[in-house]
Amino acid sequence: MSKCWKKYLLWFAQEHIEFRIAEIESLLSLFKIDMRYDEKPLNQEPFWLVEFTSETDAQLLASRSVSLRNCIELWGRANSLEHLHSTLKAKRDLFVPHFHSQKSFKIEVETFGKHFSQNEKVSKLETFDYLPLQGKVKLKNPDVCLQYIEYYGNKHLNPPELPYEIFFGKLIASGLRQLIQKLSLKTRKFIGNTTMDPQLSLLMANQAQIQSGDIILDPFVGSGSLLVAAAEFGAYVFGSDIDYLMLHGKTKPSRIKQKKRAEDENVYANMKQYHLESQYLDVLISDFTTIFWKPSMQFDAIITDPPYGIREATERVGTEKSNYVVSEEHLATHVPAKIEYGIPIIYRDLLVFASKHLKVSGKLVCWFPVFREDYNEECLPTHPCLKLIANCEQPLSKVTSRRLLTFEKTRPPSIEELNIEYSTIQDFRDKYFTIREESRKEKRLKNASLKKENWEKYMTNKNAVEVHK
Amino acid sequence: MKLLTHNVLTSKCIRGVTVGYPLLIKATNVKVSEVEFKPDFVAKVLPKIEWDVLANAAESLGHWQNLPKELPNNYENDTDFLKKIHRVLLEVEVIQGELICPESGRKFPITNGIANMLLNEDEV
Repeated sequence: MSKCWKKYLLWFAQEHIEFRIAEIESLLSLFKIDMRYDEKPLNQEPFWLVEFTSETDAQLLASRSVSLRNCIELWGRANSLEHLHSTLKAKRDLFVPHFHSQKSFKIEVETFGKHFSQNEKVSKLETFDYLPLQGKVKLKNPDVCLQYIEYYGNKHLNPPELPYEIFFGKLIASGLRQLIQKLSLKTRKFIGNTTMDPQLSLLMANQAQIQSGDIILDPFVGSGSLLVAAAEFGAYVFGSDIDYLMLHGKTKPSRIKQKKRAEDENVYANMKQYHLESQYLDVLISDFTTIFWKPSMQFDAIITDPPYGIREATERVGTEKSNYVVSEEHLATHVPAKIEYGIPIIYRDLLVFASKHLKVSGKLVCWFPVFREDYNEECLPTHPCLKLIANCEQPLSKVTSRRLLTFEKTRPPSIEELNIEYSTIQDFRDKYFTIREESRKEKRLKNASLKKENWEKYMTNKNAVEVHK
Repeated sequence: MKLLTHNVLTSKCIRGVTVGYPLLIKATNVKVSEVEFKPDFVAKVLPKIEWDVLANAAESLGHWQNLPKELPNNYENDTDFLKKIHRVLLEVEVIQGELICPESGRKFPITNGIANMLLNEDEV
């Protein structure tokens, strides 16, 4: 039997747009939903035309998507209002079942890319008076919510007189935009200097295809923002970090107006703030080069943002001194010395760890910093047991960006694959500081020559004035 | 630190240690805090757990609640049993104490429920 496809409009938020295709594809695979693109979507376009075989599928997708604002059952799409009206009038009888007298309704007028006053919107609304509306108007939680959307393009300067496209349809479901508000860092109890933005954390959890009851790990956990997002979707969470002061909430406060951290600031306090404490397993103070998880331990997903050595140090326990021994009398209070843990080695270790401690088909989701001019897929970390299934860029500056990588474990590793010694990855940190050194020097020279120029100008003026006198 | 965590940790990474499992627990402060009971999760996690290790650890902390010495069959639908296991795995927590490597005797302090597994620079 052939399936019956129905048209829907997916309306995305214009924030972190680089991640939306990967997010939707990840969720479609997680829920095993069939979705067809009416037109191949472009990342920067906020409206996608798609088809589902059932409304439940559309609702399920929206129930987990962070990028999605609304999912609308499409009743009409046109390039002009006249055309839209004639389409809708022709289908008028089909709409009758949605509008019997017991159902309250509302019509929303939305314009994208151009601003209209409330009065202008109302007059747009009045052109729909032919719809067979029977029930009462209800602005809050109506039984049926219809949306009329005018799209003036996504380049906000000089929008055209008339919209490029107009859409009309019934709102089916909304995405998780409100969750981003709820997890806002502004109101979060415990944050660090590099705490991940809630939307990106939730996107990572979706790339990891987290399901309720999964056990996940963040081996560079910091203040635990990735754990919060994963726990929102029902994961039980483990974290580890080398930073003793961070996990005990004793580092310098990250908020500018806060002089001292509160007594109870830690990862657990964040989980408690969002009523997710039942999902918290443990955090360990541990160096990623000494693994304390038992060899048979398998995580359902590993989600992490390793340090890049710019705003957070890349360190592991160790010393440059040979034959160094901590003396007996200092043992009880000794703080281990740390040495540089280069980015190439961190990523090699992370991928080897994932090949061992992920379940087969489990996902490793991690960020990877790159220089945009040097970037090509060859410079990404690889492992024979991990398949790269998504790769999205978030620009950080003109020259640098970080990429969100999603790997899937395809098979268990051989003994050799657990002892990979080499790493072909470029050290982001080294280049970062070399480039910065250069530009600093250039800046100094530029400032010096500007100063000289100004001084000369001043002197000539002064002389001119004196001559004048 | 929960007993679920204890069950999946080993000190094998210490130089000269071959198994390092299970770690011994010396607790000076143990707390039992309520965690929402989800039978599906407990049933799912049980096959990954070393039963003897869990039993010994819980017994040493006085929280074994007379559970059987061997993992019974068909526990998936036995809610009372799963509830007791839930308590042992997720609700019993070592707040202050030590984990001790069974081979080298290396101690790892637990403070405010967080275990410090850092080795010193002369041990790595």
